[in-house]
Amino acid sequence: MADFVAPPSRSRDLDKLLLRTGNLVGSNFEPGAELRDDLQEYARILVVGAGGLGCELLKDLALSGFKNIDVIDMDRIEVTNLNRQFLFRVEDVGKPKAEVAAKRVMERVSGVNIVPHFCRIEDKEIPFYNDFNIIVLGLDSIEARSYINSVACSFLEYDSDDKPREETIKPMVDGGTEGFKGHARVIMPGVTPCFECTIWLFPPQVKFPLCTLAETPRTAAHCIEYAHLIKWDEVHSGKAFDPDDPEHMKWVYDEAIKRAELFGIPGVTYSLTQGVVKNIIPAIASTNAIISAACALETLKIASGCSKTLANYLTYNGVAGLHIKVTEFVKDKDCLVCGPGVLIELDASVTLEKFINLLEDHPKLLLSKASVSHRGKNLYMQAPPVLEEMTRSNLSLPLYELMDKVAKDTIHVTGTTSKDGKKTSCLRKLRVVFKAIDGVTDMDTAGGA
Amino acid sequence: MIRLFKVKEKQKQNSLANGGGPPVKKQTAGELRLNKDFSELNLPQTCTIEFPNGKDDLMNFEVSVKPDEGYYKDGKFLFTFQVPPMYPHEPPKVKCKTTVFHPNIDLDGSVCLNVLREDWKPVLNINTIIYGLTHLFTEPNHEDPLNHEAAKLLRDNPDEFESNVRLSMEGGRVGNTWYTRCIENPYD
Repeated sequence: MADFVAPPSRSRDLDKLLLRTGNLVGSNFEPGAELRDDLQEYARILVVGAGGLGCELLKDLALSGFKNIDVIDMDRIEVTNLNRQFLFRVEDVGKPKAEVAAKRVMERVSGVNIVPHFCRIEDKEIPFYNDFNIIVLGLDSIEARSYINSVACSFLEYDSDDKPREETIKPMVDGGTEGFKGHARVIMPGVTPCFECTIWLFPPQVKFPLCTLAETPRTAAHCIEYAHLIKWDEVHSGKAFDPDDPEHMKWVYDEAIKRAELFGIPGVTYSLTQGVVKNIIPAIASTNAIISAACALETLKIASGCSKTLANYLTYNGVAGLHIKVTEFVKDKDCLVCGPGVLIELDASVTLEKFINLLEDHPKLLLSKASVSHRGKNLYMQAPPVLEEMTRSNLSLPLYELMDKVAKDTIHVTGTTSKDGKKTSCLRKLRVVFKAIDGVTDMDTAGGA
Repeated sequence: MIRLFKVKEKQKQNSLANGGGPPVKKQTAGELRLNKDFSELNLPQTCTIEFPNGKDDLMNFEVSVKPDEGYYKDGKFLFTFQVPPMYPHEPPKVKCKTTVFHPNIDLDGSVCLNVLREDWKPVLNINTIIYGLTHLFTEPNHEDPLNHEAAKLLRDNPDEFESNVRLSMEGGRVGNTWYTRCIENPYD
C-alpha cells in the first residue's frame, strides 16, 4: 500500500530514462537512483550563448535534471530579442543576456545553480573550459564555434597507439539555426569529426564584386554594401565601421537610401541594412526550440549513457513541410585540430636543423624543406626569404629550448612530400616527446601517458 | 558514464598538482594554413613582401608591387593584407596604400579583384592574390571600373591615360587629386 501514496517525484519522467535499462542504452549505462543523483551532483555543463538557442537550452537542461550549469555570453539584451528569447522582458533591455537568463531559470526551476559569465569566450583562460563535462553550443557564428572546438580539442590526448584517451575527450553538442532550418550535432573529439573536420559544410558568404557596387548596382543589397564598403571609407578615412554602433548603422542606411534613389532601386530598409551588413537571417522561435530540445537530449544521453548518442549530425528543415535527417560524417584522420598527429620521440639535445633533417627520413612523413611552428611562434620558415632570414638563427638551437622546455607538446610543420613520384605540399601536426630529461619522465607518467 | 565524472575529478586534481595543463596560446587553423601558404610562396620578380609585426604575426603583412612593363612600369605600389581568423574560409582584406590613378583601384585604396571577393575559394592562396595584383598593373581593365574617370580615359583615350598615369606616379595632379611620387629615383 505504501508504494501508492508516495508523492509524485519531480524527476518522474527522467526516472523512466535513468532507472531502467533498455535496448538502445549506451555501453556503460548503469541504471539506478545513484546515476540520477550523481548526474545532478557531478555533471557540470557549459552553455555557450544565451540568445535564441541559449535561452531554450538553459530551460531544457535545467528541466532535464542538470543542477550545475554555467552560461557565457558577451551580448546585452536588445528589444528585437524579446519575441523569441523568452527569458527576457522589456525592462531587461540593455542588461547582460547571461546574467538575466541565469537568474530567470533559477527563479523558475528550484535547486538549479546557473553561473553567468558576461564576457567574450576568448576572455576566459583555456583551463576554464576544462572544468566542464560537456560543452553545449548555441552560437550564430562559424568563428566562435571554431574557437570553442579548438579549445575542446586541445584537451584531447592520444596514447602511443594513436587512440584517444577517453578521460581527455571533451564532448560538445552544437546547435544552429537559420530561419526554418537547423542542425544539431554531437562532437566527441578524437571519436567523431570535429568542427574543423567538416568546415567545408558551410557555404561561403555571398560577396558582391566591388565594381558592381561602385558602378552598376542592381539590388537594394548592392546599395547597402556600397555605403558600407566604399562610401564609409571615403568619408571616414581610417575610422573602422562598427556594426554594433547604431549611429554607424544609421549612417550606412541613410547613404544606401541616397544610392538607391539615384539608381531607382526599391527596397532599402533599416532592417535589411542590418541584415546585409551583419549577415543576419531572421530567427524563428520554433526552430530554436526544436534544435535546443535535440541538443539537450543529446547532452543527457552523453552524461548518463541512457541511450546511444546521435551519430552524428542532424539536419532539420521546416521550410516546406518537415524534413529531418541524420548523417554520419566521418573524421578527417589528418585533421590539424582533432587528429593525433605523428608521434616523434627526440633527445633534448636535438637542434632544430637536425630535427628538420629527421623529418625527411621519417617513414610516416618523408617531409622535405620543412617549416616549423610551435604555439603560434614560427621557429623556422623556409620561405619567403625575409622570413627565412628572421628565423635562421634558430636552426642551431635545441628544439627543446625553442619549445620553452616543455616535455611534450604539439608542433606543426609544412613542407613537401613525395607521393607516387609526385611532389605535394602538406601541413602536418606532430606530437613531440622529449626523452631522457631529468624530471621529465616523472611528469609524463603523472599525466597518465 | 557517470563514473567517468568522478574519475575525471580525481585526474584533474592530479594534473593541477603537477602544474600540468593545456597550452595557453592557441594557434588557429587559419594561421596554420597561412604558414603553409608562405612556406610555398613563389613571389613574382616584381614583388617583395614585408612583415611589419615580426616573424610571429603572419596575419598582417605588406606586399610591394613594382611592375616591369606596361603603363605602371617602375612605379612602386604598397598593399596591406589583413588575414581574418577564418582564413581560408574567408579571403584576406587587401588595401592599396599608394594613391594610384587606376581603373580598378579607387582613391581610398579599395581594390576590385575578383579573387578578393566574389570568386574567392578556400583552395586559393596568398600567391593567387599576389599574382592577381600584379596582373592589375599589367592589364588594367576598364570594364570593371572602381575609378570611373580612369576607366573612361583608358577606354576612350589610352594615350592620355598613359600620360596621366605617368604624371600621377611622378607626383603630380590629375583631375582634383594630388598623387604622391611612387617612382624610386634610379640614382638612389
